[in-house]
Amino acid sequence: MDKNQLNNHRTILLRYALLQLHDEAVAEDAVQETLLVALQTGDSFRSESAIRTWLIGILKHKIADHYRASERHYSLGEQISEDGGDPNAALEQLIFDGKGRWIGSPSAWSNPDHVLEQDEFWGVFDWCQKNLSQQHARAFMLREMVGLETEEICLDMNISHSACRVYLYRARLGLRECLEQRWFNAKREK
Amino acid sequence: MKTCKDISELLSESMDRHLIWRERLTLWVHLSMCRRCSGFQKNLHFLHKAAGRHRSN
Repeated sequence: MDKNQLNNHRTILLRYALLQLHDEAVAEDAVQETLLVALQTGDSFRSESAIRTWLIGILKHKIADHYRASERHYSLGEQISEDGGDPNAALEQLIFDGKGRWIGSPSAWSNPDHVLEQDEFWGVFDWCQKNLSQQHARAFMLREMVGLETEEICLDMNISHSACRVYLYRARLGLRECLEQRWFNAKREK
Repeated sequence: MKTCKDISELLSESMDRHLIWRERLTLWVHLSMCRRCSGFQKNLHFLHKAAGRHRSN
């Protein structure tokens, strides 16, 4: 295990830590400690993906240590386990009819790049993301914001591959629907 | 015959893995006839881009 190899994983680890710790300095520390442990242990692994899974495993312990130390019992993981229901289960029925046809009509959004420059848009984006089921939102964040592969998300969330696929699909479906209603259509009406 | 719902699921998967040629062909044929699914595909690319931008904010 050399330093360059570890540095390649650093970015992903940092995004992962930020997702749970919400504090850049604390996240940096947790990642730093993780890399130190990794360097000291220096096991040899067969593939890059196995290394990353191993690193994330160490990082999870560091994050847990942090919460234990600060006696805060809040974490994304705990939030999720409280989330029994599946508010998005009926989502598909609102979007597709019984024959699997679109009820609405999705179309390309106008000026999507311009939208990304507007602060107001990010407020709506966050709102929509919070409105997803927590499991779906977490799968989506791990995939699109942290940049994990689906196999890594299955391991992280302890779910099957098909559940992972469904979570990602419903997150995208829900987010798309919400952004269309709350932002793109709302803007068109103005 | 694949429904729009099937296609939308496949489009979501295409964001996470490489599709095999048969799946790509299915998408190509359907998207060439279906404006709604084409629109959905563009929306998915936008979500990907937005989420990527979001993390650097």
